[in-house]
Amino acid sequence: MARKLRILMAKPGLDGHDRGVKVVARGLRDAGFEVIYTGLHQTPEMIAETAIQEDVDAVGMSILSGAHMVLIPETMRLLKEKGAGDILMFGGGIIPEEDKKELYKMGCGKLFGPGTEIREIVDFLKEKFPDRT
Amino acid sequence: MLESTTSRLLEEFRSGDRRACGRLVSVVENEGRGAAEVLSELYPLTGRAFRVGITGPPGVGKSTLVEKLARLCRDQDRSVGIVAVDPTSPFSGGAILGDRVRMPSLFTDPGVFIRSMASRGGLGGLAMRTREACDVLDAFGYDFIIIETVGVGQIELDIASTAHSTVVVLVPESGDAIQMMKAGLMEIGELFCVNKSDRQGADRLALAIESMLGLRSSQDGWKPPVVKTVGTSGEGVDALLAALERHRSYLVESDLMSARRKFRVRVEIKELVEEKLKQKIWSRPEVDARLAGLVDEVMSESSTPYRAAAALLEFIRADSREEV
Ligand SMILES: Nc1nc2c(ncn2[C@@H]2O[C@H](COP(=O)(O)OP(=O)(O)OP(=O)(O)O)[C@@H](O)[C@H]2O)c(=O)[nH]1
Ligand SMILES: [Mg+2]
Repeated sequence: MARKLRILMAKPGLDGHDRGVKVVARGLRDAGFEVIYTGLHQTPEMIAETAIQEDVDAVGMSILSGAHMVLIPETMRLLKEKGAGDILMFGGGIIPEEDKKELYKMGCGKLFGPGTEIREIVDFLKEKFPDRT
Repeated sequence: MLESTTSRLLEEFRSGDRRACGRLVSVVENEGRGAAEVLSELYPLTGRAFRVGITGPPGVGKSTLVEKLARLCRDQDRSVGIVAVDPTSPFSGGAILGDRVRMPSLFTDPGVFIRSMASRGGLGGLAMRTREACDVLDAFGYDFIIIETVGVGQIELDIASTAHSTVVVLVPESGDAIQMMKAGLMEIGELFCVNKSDRQGADRLALAIESMLGLRSSQDGWKPPVVKTVGTSGEGVDALLAALERHRSYLVESDLMSARRKFRVRVEIKELVEEKLKQKIWSRPEVDARLAGLVDEVMSESSTPYRAAAALLEFIRADSREEV
């Protein structure tokens, strides 16, 4: 039986508003996905543990604080350490091109800029997980 | 036969690997191939956890209470498994599972495992496979399992088949007791919790519930206690946990624990047989073809659905006799 796509939408870092991540969460729900939302100020350790307990297919990081070069690689490292390196990481925020390049090299999935249409994120996930509904 | 990936997963699960635990919950949640075998393998490991259901209308503070209850259990060195159910959107089939927002202090505690579930098609607000998810957490060794469900008003008898004790959470704004009675919440509660009792009207609500319970035909000699709490500060949560422990003792001493378990096992076997039978019947192309013919007969008004059903049953009986 095809399983539903499960996505963790994570909001790490210190910046204090979650409007963006909630809009994306709703968009993904409307696309038929099961979205786990855990609130603000998540540490990489919290995100990695949650991803494992919830057995998600992907983790979407929403970062505005500019700490992406720390938070994304650290979360990916922890996932790997916990035997969950296969969980796809993607993200959104204001991320300079050269940082994106470096993160992609580390194996990070697509990083979306501000103002991205939800449709693009949905299409990206559907393409990555064709056997999920 | 177990597939090799599944048996490797079971092996990792037995060695205490949390990733394997998470994955096995997915396996049973999705009823994927191997779910029956997996659950059968895990069954001998289950039955040790105390399972508590927390239900009530949206927003009354269930998740906040779950977090505080879990913290208290952790202080007593008991491990905690949490299954938090949120509704599936009937429009898209998707869901936003947000109960974790109230529980961040538990995320990195190795003695806690939280799993969010969407209700999917489940009746009574309970996810289809909540019971099985609890079985996995039970087998993994969690002492105390809390199931949070959306109490949207309809009677949630499903919880009773999953939890040992069901707590109904209400708030001073929940409305009068008659409304709650109508919603079916009064019947399923073995404990009642008046949360947000920092607000006006908590005492009045508690009294109303007590008098309502006085009218309820007492089942099995247990009088449901009414506990006032403030989820945000944790006030009263120790009294709630103590009441839960009293209910557990009562269940054990009155032999209800094993009587209920026996009832659950019976229901479970029946469900499994029904599922298998259904599958067996509808997977046969002959039956499908005969069904199609009968549908046409009803559509052309030469038969009725009732006669068609009788004919199909006869056909299935004859057909399976041939097979034997
Ligand atoms: N004043 C007050 N607010 C509370 C109390 N307990 C919880 N809350 C608040 O009530 C709101 C809802 O709390 P949740 O724990 O998410 O409620 P819930 O019942 O799990 O909600 P759903 O899962 O969406 O049905 C939050 O803003 C809490 O901070 C309390 O005892 N007093
Ligand atoms: Mg909740």
